[in-house]
Amino acid sequence: MSANGEVLLRGHDLTRRWGGLVAVNKVSLDLVRGHVHAVIGTNGAGKSTLINMLSGEIEPSGGRVELLGQDVTRWPQPRRARAGLGRSYQRNTIYPSFTVFENCRLAAQARTPRPWAWWQPAQGCQASTAAARACAARAGLDDLLDREAGLLSHGQKRQLEIAMCLATEPQVLLLDEPLAGMGAEETERMLALLTELKNGHAILLVEHDMDAVFRIADEITVMVNGAVIASGTPDEVRNSPEVRAAYLGDGH
Amino acid sequence: MSAIKTAMKTSKGLFVLASFAALALYPAVAGNYGVDLVTKVMIYAIFALSLELLVGMTGLVCFGQAAFFGIGAYAAVLLSPQAEAASLLWLLPAAVVAAAAYAMAVGALSLRTKGVYFIMVTLAFAQMAYYVVHDTPLGGGTDGIYLTAKPVLGSLIDLDKPLPMYAFTLVCLVLVFGFLALLSRSRFGRALAGIRVNEQRMRATGFSTYPYKLAAFTLSGGLAGLAGFLFAVKDAFVNPELMSWHFSGAVLIMIILGGLGHLRGALIGAFAFALLQEFFKSEAIFGAFAKHWSLGLGLTIIVAVALLPRGLVDMPGQWRARLVGRRAGVSGGAR
Repeated sequence: MSANGEVLLRGHDLTRRWGGLVAVNKVSLDLVRGHVHAVIGTNGAGKSTLINMLSGEIEPSGGRVELLGQDVTRWPQPRRARAGLGRSYQRNTIYPSFTVFENCRLAAQARTPRPWAWWQPAQGCQASTAAARACAARAGLDDLLDREAGLLSHGQKRQLEIAMCLATEPQVLLLDEPLAGMGAEETERMLALLTELKNGHAILLVEHDMDAVFRIADEITVMVNGAVIASGTPDEVRNSPEVRAAYLGDGH
Repeated sequence: MSAIKTAMKTSKGLFVLASFAALALYPAVAGNYGVDLVTKVMIYAIFALSLELLVGMTGLVCFGQAAFFGIGAYAAVLLSPQAEAASLLWLLPAAVVAAAAYAMAVGALSLRTKGVYFIMVTLAFAQMAYYVVHDTPLGGGTDGIYLTAKPVLGSLIDLDKPLPMYAFTLVCLVLVFGFLALLSRSRFGRALAGIRVNEQRMRATGFSTYPYKLAAFTLSGGLAGLAGFLFAVKDAFVNPELMSWHFSGAVLIMIILGGLGHLRGALIGAFAFALLQEFFKSEAIFGAFAKHWSLGLGLTIIVAVALLPRGLVDMPGQWRARLVGRRAGVSGGAR
């Protein structure tokens, strides 16, 4: 695995307009291997639009996305995913009717798709079954492999999202509110997992839980109305007058 | 738990094997009428299996499947030479490829839409094919066209006789069933299942879903073409009604009646649909009312779907649930 500190994903002047509304206005950010870069902001600040432009689900109206040094702005999402970009969603997007194992295995299958081999059973695919077991274990789901994914608790579903992300062996993780709706204990477990994943991955974290963000992030970008008003280390952001005025409120 | 699952899997496998064995033995006890009827039903079953690949496995509701069936049928007639019998070796693949090619073109355009739009676009393309054969002299227009000499394979297979036709259709049915059973377990089949359940996640994982769906659509069209080919050869006659939307709707009803998401559902659905149709058309039973057969058929299907929303394949499951429920109730009362 390459050294930490290398820029893996770069967004440059990303802009998205919906008619007259500018949802994201010239946002630039770097995701560095070994770092958690958090993006915070109120609802409607453009965080999800930003993450969707980075992952390839929404085409930017302007700006550029670079993944591992390559310009991927025109690449569709599946191609970016195969190149090492993994993402999780705000709402659970798992395969509820499949087992936990099959959720992970199918995600891992993206690495060795071989769709023409129609006579070979998918369960016999060594590469994807091994990867599925490994990533389920990493996300703490090894006891639940045979459970139907739709029957998991909310926190376990969030863990499964991360496991499916890892199954594709990504280098960059875009995580959209992985802590949403979690209890205190589940939050701790997820934060421990993210801290562990930091080593070797570049992580973008969109999150509303400020305590968690300030604990885990190496860099924070603050968005208001689609634009960046501050960016820097947690301390810099905490002490920024613009942030205090716009986001934390004057009382803080 | 896993013991029950294994037992259920075995019983499903046994059911399919027993069905095919029964079909293989059936001509020994049946007359000409029965052989001809069951040949037709087996062709319907192949047709239903082709649609199950799209609707049940991939989650794409196609409302124009009859076009591919019809193209396979028309290809069989139009490509056959007038004077002598064609060889099965090239005529059958030609019919399948013709249907698959049209499916590929339709799929390439219609798969850019989703949901109800997809249903409408596939219907529109099927209607287009219907009016081409209906309104042009190409395939005999509304009167249809006859197949003058049925295809042969040397002196080995002569499809002009009912028994070889029956056997050949059964072999095709078993092969298609086996092919789809393997396919659904393969990586391709699992990817199609993933697309059915959550296409967004599939794309985020790195699957380009469009080629997968297009491949499924083309395959499905080719299998429907095979069914159409067999139908044309059996009756030695084709007409535009084979491509009509009624028939596309009928095959959808077959797989829903049988139970979506199961290959044997397509099998059971095709048999149930065709036999119900025969039943309500029978003048011996219904007399003059038999000409209103579609009313009886429709009402029966509504009742079946209302009572068994997951299809006829779910019947054992429902009985088991009822038995277990009753037993639990009894033991609860005894305590």
